[in-house]
Formats: sequence, structure tokens, C-alpha cells
Amino acid sequence: MSKNKSQDTGFLPPLSEGAGGGLKVIEVHNLVKKFGSFVANDHLNFDVYQGEIFGFLGANGAGKTTAMKILCGLSSPTSGEAKVAGFDIYKETEKIKRNIGYMSQKFSLYEDLTVAENIRFFSGVYGISPADRKEKQDKLLKDLGLESAKDSLIGSLPLGWKQKLAFSVAIFHEPKIVFLDEPTGGVDPITRRKFWDLIYEAADRGITVFVTTHYMDEAEYCNRVSIMNAGRIEALDTPKNLKKQYSAKNMDEVFLKIARNTE
Amino acid sequence: MNTLKLINNPLQPGSESPLLRRGLGEAFISIQHISKSYGDVQAISDISLEVQKGELFGLIGPDGAGKTTLMRILMTLLIQDKGSATMNGFDVIKDYKKIRNMVGYMPGRFSLYQDLTVEENLNFFATVFKTTVAENYELIRDIYVQIEPFKNRLAGKLSGGMKQKLALSCALIHKPEILILDEPTTGVDAVSRKEFWEMLKNLQQKGITILVSTPYMDEATLCNRVALMQKGKVLDIDTPAKLVENYTRKLYAIRSNDMHRLIMDLRLYEKTDSAYAFGQYLHVTGKDDEVEATEFENFLMKKDHENLEVFDIQPTIEDVFMNMMNE
Repeated sequence: MSKNKSQDTGFLPPLSEGAGGGLKVIEVHNLVKKFGSFVANDHLNFDVYQGEIFGFLGANGAGKTTAMKILCGLSSPTSGEAKVAGFDIYKETEKIKRNIGYMSQKFSLYEDLTVAENIRFFSGVYGISPADRKEKQDKLLKDLGLESAKDSLIGSLPLGWKQKLAFSVAIFHEPKIVFLDEPTGGVDPITRRKFWDLIYEAADRGITVFVTTHYMDEAEYCNRVSIMNAGRIEALDTPKNLKKQYSAKNMDEVFLKIARNTE
Repeated sequence: MNTLKLINNPLQPGSESPLLRRGLGEAFISIQHISKSYGDVQAISDISLEVQKGELFGLIGPDGAGKTTLMRILMTLLIQDKGSATMNGFDVIKDYKKIRNMVGYMPGRFSLYQDLTVEENLNFFATVFKTTVAENYELIRDIYVQIEPFKNRLAGKLSGGMKQKLALSCALIHKPEILILDEPTTGVDAVSRKEFWEMLKNLQQKGITILVSTPYMDEATLCNRVALMQKGKVLDIDTPAKLVENYTRKLYAIRSNDMHRLIMDLRLYEKTDSAYAFGQYLHVTGKDDEVEATEFENFLMKKDHENLEVFDIQPTIEDVFMNMMNE
């Protein structure tokens, strides 16, 4: 897949600058996606900045997955424009795929491959040289405290380990953006919080984090949050401003007000 | 995490009796020293608990706690290695046929017929239990009316929320005395979760005993009593209020303008025992309960934290659970 061994880093297009001076890693203008007469995404407009943790919330069926698929280069919109890592979502989907990471609770690592084999597989897919891989793999396993699990099958690991590993593999090729689709479901409350430590570390390194969740306390950990309802973005701001705007005590109340009042 | 605060008093009238609170009423579901392993994996070990008639009882815990295994044993779909269990006096092994007629079950995975319509599924389950939809319609009406406009749609083509309502309708159509629900709200958005719990409350008021499992700690407050579970064991069983009351440690809520740096700094402070993110605040405990709010404050001011807030806070069930995990 990757013709140039040096990866695409040197060929990245310049990102546009936002009003506040931040670089836009995702730009979305009037994005529409229809399935027949059903409008799944109704004129979405938003930008996501470099190094930001961006919460993408909404009720089931609000259109989050549809929008995420488009941003990951897996589906084409009906109309509108968008750029991800500077690449066009109509024409440059392969380049987008090489510059993003993706993790969901369900499909991330191969259960019947070992930890090391999974890392090798994804390194191959993203064009990381064997020498680089070795070094990065050792560091990754050391950081996660998973050195002893190197040759274990993914299927045999506890869910919390799998999630940590899936996240680290998703950013192994140092993507501009990582998309996390409900990454923390099912784990215990301590493991869930440790996962957010990893998210913060990635953001500190400049990786933009685009995350969906049903845990409303996690919405508070995002720099900015958008809330979708019936295909539209109803609200987008920092958690602090959203709480103020909706006179709510916490993000849970904000979410209930938005997702309930608009049937 | 106060996700489901709108229902202020989760206890139904009458359920606040001291008998029920201590779990000394009539045991409608009785689980005694149940263990089950799959090969080398011990799924549940020596679990005992009792659910009273009319109670809404929650099994609260993450994946791997053993919730599904326990429910499958109660549903007579799995046989325990050790111990015994009865429902309304019927033994889960000997009297499995009686139990299946008396209990409604909603498994964690959607398991209705995807290629039958909404109406066909409901009719099917009614027929299997030798009854009709008309006969028990009253019980499911509030739930079913929400999906009735789509009664000719294939079950496989329904949205998540509608599937959930259909599955609940099918579990209720034979008018069971006990309802067992395996993680009905997992992966469901906050609004739909709240609506689902309102449906459960209504069913409880109709006299149905409900055993429900969930990984969402905040849902514990909506149950009369809960068992906190982890790795096949029960950590504690009590009313949500009592569990919170029994948490005797001093707990502080702390925030500043830079929450990530705040948590890192607090973890390095020698007087901190635990520091965890809880929405817009961190919940922090000291090495011992002598550590004062002002000590945290002074330490953090030296680290140049702006807009610092430190104050005492009441624990949530999630704090209680995390504290038990660390013990």
C-alpha cells in the first residue's frame, strides 16, 4: 500500500489556521449524508484542532457513526466538504487512512494473534520498518507493563489490557488523529480512568483525539464536546461553556436537555 | 457520576422496611454458595445472595465479574459446579421447566428472530408459553406502544433502542413473576438508559421481582439493593444508601484550571492515597484521614494551580466500588 518508505510525514499538506491560531486537523463544512430519503448527517459544521481531545456525543442513532466513517475515509458524503489531516475526504481517502488511527471496543486487534504478532501486523500495514518496529515495540510493552504478555494471544488477555494495547497500537504509527469509538465500555472504574491517562498522554504529544462515549463523566475530560441529535450538531463548546449555556450542573444534564427536548 | 439522578427516591413505598434493608424478608430468589468454572477459568466462586419478592436487585460490576454466568445458572441454561439456587422455591436443576415458565429473561445479546417482524416475534413468544398477546397486553402496553408503529418491520432492521423494547416485551409476554435482565443498558445512550430504568420501575410496581445487571455504577442508586461484583466474587451486598454510608474515608473533590497536571501533581504528593477523575472534579483520599483539605490546597498552590477548589464530598457508589477494589 505504502509506496514511499519514509511514510507520508514529509508530504503532509499544510493545515489551515483557526481564529485562535490553532491548526485545524479536521475541517467540516456543510457535510450531508443521506441514505435514501433519510438524512443521517444534516449539514455538519465543525473544526477540530491539533492536540485537542474532542468529544463526539449523541444518542444512539443520532448519526455519530456515519460521520466518523466519513472522516475515516470509509464512506463518501452526499454533499459538503471536509478535510482530515489536510486531505480531502472525497479524493484522498487512502492518505487519510494512513494518517489516522482508529480503535473501537469491538474491532481492533486480532484475538487469535499474539501481542507481538498484532504489533507486527499493524506496523506492516502502516509501513513502519522492522528496525523501527522493534525499538517502538519494546518501549510500548515497557510503558504498558505488558512485557510478560508479548507472546500471549490477545484473546487470553483481560479486557483492560486489550483496550490499553489496542489504543497504543492505534497510535503506533504516530497518526495526526486517533478516532476512539466507545473505547472504555465494560471495564472496571479504575481501568477506565487509567485509559484516560493514556488519552491525555497522547494529546500532550500532539495527537488529536476524537472520542465517542456514553459515560457522561468522560465528556468532562474533553477539551470541547459536540452533541448530535437527529443528524445535526445541536451544541459544540467546552464542557464549562455548555454547562453555563444550558444552566446545567454537569454534562449529563446538558446531554439530557439536548437529546430529550428535540424529538 | 450522577447520570441518573432524576428519579430521586429509588425505593418504592414499602420497600424501606428494615426487614428488606437487611435482606431478611422472604427470599424469592435464593443463591447459596454457587461456583462455576469454564476449564481453568473460575467464572464465579462461592456466591450467596437472596432477592426478596418485589425487589429490584442489581448486580453491579465490570466485564468478567461473573454476572452473566450467575444469570445463566438462574435461567437454567448452565449448571453450577457447586452450590444451589432456587426461585420461588423451585430448584434451578430439578425444577428447570417450572422456572422457565415463571421467569422472563433478556440476555445481553439481542437474541430475537431477526428475520421475523416485531409482531411475529411477540406472537411467537406468546405461543411458546401457551398464551396470547391479547391476554397479557396490559403488562407490556406502555413499552409496546412505542414500537407498535413498526410492528411490520423485521426485528433485525430495528434501531438499538427499539430492539431493546421488543426484547423486553417478549420477555414479559408470559407474565413472569421474575424478570432477569443481563446488561440491558450497555452501550445505550444516557437518555435511553434513563427511559429504560423508568420502565423497570413501572414493572416493579406491577409486582414483578427484577434482577438486573449493569456495568454502570451510577445505576446502582436506582436499585433497592445491589451486589457489587468483581472477578467472580461479591464484594458487598446492601442498599445503595447503606453502601455509601459504610464508606468511612474522608473524600475530597478537587479541581483547578489544568486537570491533567492536577492529577499528576496529586499522585506525586506524599499525603495522597488515591486521586481519580470524576467528571469535572478529582476525587482524592489522603494516606490517612488526618490529611486536611488545607494541606492539599497549600501543596497545590505551591504548584501554581489556578482557580483551585478543594472541598469535602460525599462518595458515590463508584467511589465505594473503587475503594473495595483497592482493599
